[in-house]
Amino acid sequence: MDIVGNVLPQVLKDEATEDKGEMARLQSFVGAIAVADLVKTTLGPKGMDKILKPTGPGQEMTHITVTNDGATILRSMYVENPAAKILIEISKTQDEEVGDGTTTVAVLAGELLREGEKLIQKRIHPQHVIAGWRIARDVALKRLRDISSENDINSQEFHDDLVKIARTTLSSKLITTDRDYFADLCVKAVLRLKGSSNLDYIQIIKLPGGTIRDSYLDDGFILKKQITIGCKRRIENAKILVANTAMDYDKIKIYGTKVKVNSMDKVAEIEAAEKEKMKHKVDKILKYQPTVFVNRQLIYNYPEQLLADSGITVIEHADFEGMERVAAATGAEILSTFDAPERSAQVLGHCDLIEEIMIGEEKMIKFSGCKKNEACTIVLRGASTHILDEVDRSIHDALCVLITTVKNRRVVWGGGNSEMQMAAACEEEAKKVQGKQAFAIEAFARALRQIPTIICDNGGYDSAELIQNFKVELQKGNQICGLNMTDGTIGNMSELGVKECLRVKEQALMAASEAAELIMRVDDIVKCAPRKRERA
Amino acid sequence: MSLAFDDYGRPYIILRDQGQKKRMKGLEAYKSNILAAKAVANTLQSSLGPKGMDKMLVSPDGDVSVTNDGATIVEKMEIQHPTAKLLVELSQSQDAEIGDGTTGVVVLAGKLLEQALTLLDKGIHPLKISDGFDRACDVAIKHLESIAEEIDIQANDHEALIQAACTALGSKVVSKRKRELGKIAVTAVLDVADLKRKDVNLDLIKIQTKTGGSVEDTRLISGILIDKDMSHPQMQKEVKDAKICLLTCPFEPPKPKTKHNINISSAEDYKKLYQQEQQYFVEMVKLVKDSGANIALCQWGFDDEANHLLLQNDLPAVRWVSGTDVELIAMATGARIIPRFQEITPEKLGKAGCIKEVQFGTSNERMLVIENCQCTKAVTILIRGGSQMIVDEAKRSIHDAICVIRNLIKDNRIVYGGGSAELACALQVLQYADEVSSVEQYAVRSFADALEGIPCCLADNCGLNPITSVAQAKSRQLTEKNPRIGIDCMELGTSDMKEQKIYETLSSKKQQIQLATQVVKMILKIDDVIAPDDY
Repeated sequence: MDIVGNVLPQVLKDEATEDKGEMARLQSFVGAIAVADLVKTTLGPKGMDKILKPTGPGQEMTHITVTNDGATILRSMYVENPAAKILIEISKTQDEEVGDGTTTVAVLAGELLREGEKLIQKRIHPQHVIAGWRIARDVALKRLRDISSENDINSQEFHDDLVKIARTTLSSKLITTDRDYFADLCVKAVLRLKGSSNLDYIQIIKLPGGTIRDSYLDDGFILKKQITIGCKRRIENAKILVANTAMDYDKIKIYGTKVKVNSMDKVAEIEAAEKEKMKHKVDKILKYQPTVFVNRQLIYNYPEQLLADSGITVIEHADFEGMERVAAATGAEILSTFDAPERSAQVLGHCDLIEEIMIGEEKMIKFSGCKKNEACTIVLRGASTHILDEVDRSIHDALCVLITTVKNRRVVWGGGNSEMQMAAACEEEAKKVQGKQAFAIEAFARALRQIPTIICDNGGYDSAELIQNFKVELQKGNQICGLNMTDGTIGNMSELGVKECLRVKEQALMAASEAAELIMRVDDIVKCAPRKRERA
Repeated sequence: MSLAFDDYGRPYIILRDQGQKKRMKGLEAYKSNILAAKAVANTLQSSLGPKGMDKMLVSPDGDVSVTNDGATIVEKMEIQHPTAKLLVELSQSQDAEIGDGTTGVVVLAGKLLEQALTLLDKGIHPLKISDGFDRACDVAIKHLESIAEEIDIQANDHEALIQAACTALGSKVVSKRKRELGKIAVTAVLDVADLKRKDVNLDLIKIQTKTGGSVEDTRLISGILIDKDMSHPQMQKEVKDAKICLLTCPFEPPKPKTKHNINISSAEDYKKLYQQEQQYFVEMVKLVKDSGANIALCQWGFDDEANHLLLQNDLPAVRWVSGTDVELIAMATGARIIPRFQEITPEKLGKAGCIKEVQFGTSNERMLVIENCQCTKAVTILIRGGSQMIVDEAKRSIHDAICVIRNLIKDNRIVYGGGSAELACALQVLQYADEVSSVEQYAVRSFADALEGIPCCLADNCGLNPITSVAQAKSRQLTEKNPRIGIDCMELGTSDMKEQKIYETLSSKKQQIQLATQVVKMILKIDDVIAPDDY
């Protein structure tokens, strides 16, 4: 019923709901802030990890994940609240676009909305808040770009920067104690790519056993497969033929074909023909004169034996990705037809040495001295699969950041320096702006400052005291101060070597403010009736 | 539902399953219908104008979308009430015909229904009301045409078009970048527009979304972007002076549609068949190669062997290109779509300056760009943004802007926004009302009130006092004889919409008023609703 007593007819479907105005806004604030609060304890070098335990039927129930990575945590969560979903979405995008800062972006958006809620309570129209945020964002972005520095890609400084960035990224992860070791490892891997941004060339192999310290960077390419029994285990100066072809039996591809015979003899004949066809194929392959044959599909005993007899080492069942990598690393072409042996030199890949190696308990094939020397492999060791998975994610983050840095080349100081600088810029701007928007600009500054505050809190330090000192230090003109999270003081970032990639910060700032704006503009939430699912 | 009885007390069964249906008649039906329709209009009301708010919609599967676009909101609300559904269609037909003003049309219909409700309470017959509305509508449209101004779309680097696009984008979440996005939309439309025929084929503008970056990174690509990569990882990533062979047949042995069996009964047959099969692939690739093509785009899949043969012959190829993309590429490059390998001839190839693979982000996603196409200049707008919801909303907003520009190219008459056009019409209708001597006079007057509801609503959404600001604007329009006075939503200090450069197309405004009036008339004619009980 409405105010005058008219009975309102039902407009929406039965289970659909509509929330308007304050109720809608409250819902989105609560949801978004809850999500931000959930991940904020993982922020910073002293952040904590989360255990993710899947629900629902099936054996996966027992598989748990321990992680510090914001995107992983948020992705695995099932939330109902639409605003919370937006936050998860930006975290995912951040992961895809730059690979790191996934927690920061969700926390920043959450803090912005927390401040926004206070402004709404003061009866400031959401559009005014947004207008203020937009000014603040531009100012912050400008400051961020101003304080960033750039080094020549080939210089030693740039190399040092990369190591520092990798260290900073890894410091919030499980492997923080070994971060120097891993930072160095990641930088070496990325530098091998020589500016290309294809992460495919860096392969990560996880093997339980040993300690994290036993992880290493191998400059060759490692395929997690075995060499077929009866073949040579070590091939020097290998000529590699990479193929994607059926080596079990060639089924006839013409539609509607059926074999219909009327006597046993005929069966034998067909069988012989089949065999001959395979032999024919093997012969064609042999004409290319490879010493190693890698096939994506499985290889039956017969062709395998034929190949082995000719002294060719056979590797079967390489998955598609592995095969693409082998092809890329050795400069081979992936073949599916074998009618042009004259192109042999062109299509065969080359590497100096192929050998079977043992890592831990597992046999693997290592290709070293490849034609294209960009590929490399990071072998991770650790006490349990959970640790390995987490280390894998951390290394992936670090690699992504490094690649982004190599592309973008601009870096900023870490330890909360960039956020504090941006906040300061916003506050300066707020003094110049007329109208209600100024409140929103100040709010934006407060939200930015929350990031270092949370980092302090997570470290168990007195954040109020530290942040105020930090502010004063910046005010004095000390441009490179930042949080020293080992001592709980304000330190010199240049001495501590804490650097971050500009692109990551930029993307976090933009995505967070866009998302906060999006949520702020909502004054009505319509939830459709959930689709009825058939019970299996 | 009430039952009728005969002399012996037995119920007449008039409708099938009468007992399970409910029926509403007369005034009750009118009111129920109007209230339902108004409920929809009320939801949209707060989305109107540059300071309108967005709606968050959760689909049955739990997907979230946030939007300001009227047509999208009502579509995704899953409305079930039959009369309310009429408003959904109203918004959608505005979207289909004009592409912009989908919120405004629903709000106007809501205001008209509100007025109709009071008139019904006064005891005026619904048909009289709808007659009056009809007459008022004619007057309003005539007046609208008289106050419309022709603008020179060419002048000053298409400034007028950009402004119109900005007006359309102003109410959306991307409004911060409205100028940049407006420019992109204008350039895109002008690139594909046929200015002589005053026509724009919107199919030639492809809007592609990709999460990542921010809305600022949205850009115009003078070519076609397709979300595919080369079929073989080792094919060339860039083809210059591309001659495109556009195929709709798979690189696979043929599959006749008639059911058939090939029986193999001897080893010879088996071998023959094998050779035949090999031959197919070689021939297919040869046919393509011989035509002079240097890239093949195919709507279907490739067999592994064929794929490799293509690579071996230095013929880059793309598989599983979607049907719409195939058509777009055909239009843009002048390629004929070739359904059979035998029919490939050099004349049927399309030409483009360059085709290359581009990469985004860390997750290794690639897309293909086809640039400098030979025939028409198909363009792609690549929208970036921090999350899926943002890019989706940006896509809808840009679509609106593009529609506005297209309408302006078709018909370069504009009226001014900010509620000024509605206000001017309202004043005219009011004047006309006094000339009507019959009962319709009330309806005509109410129509004027409803039109005033739009600026009222705009002012309300902007946090201004609606009654004061509308009254002020009204009196200024009358005293200054200036139909361009509206509501100063952006608080720029002037109410003259010409100075604020708030342009709306005449066709859109006209359509809004006409469509809204029509739907209201239709609702007012319903006096009986029979529906299943559980509906």
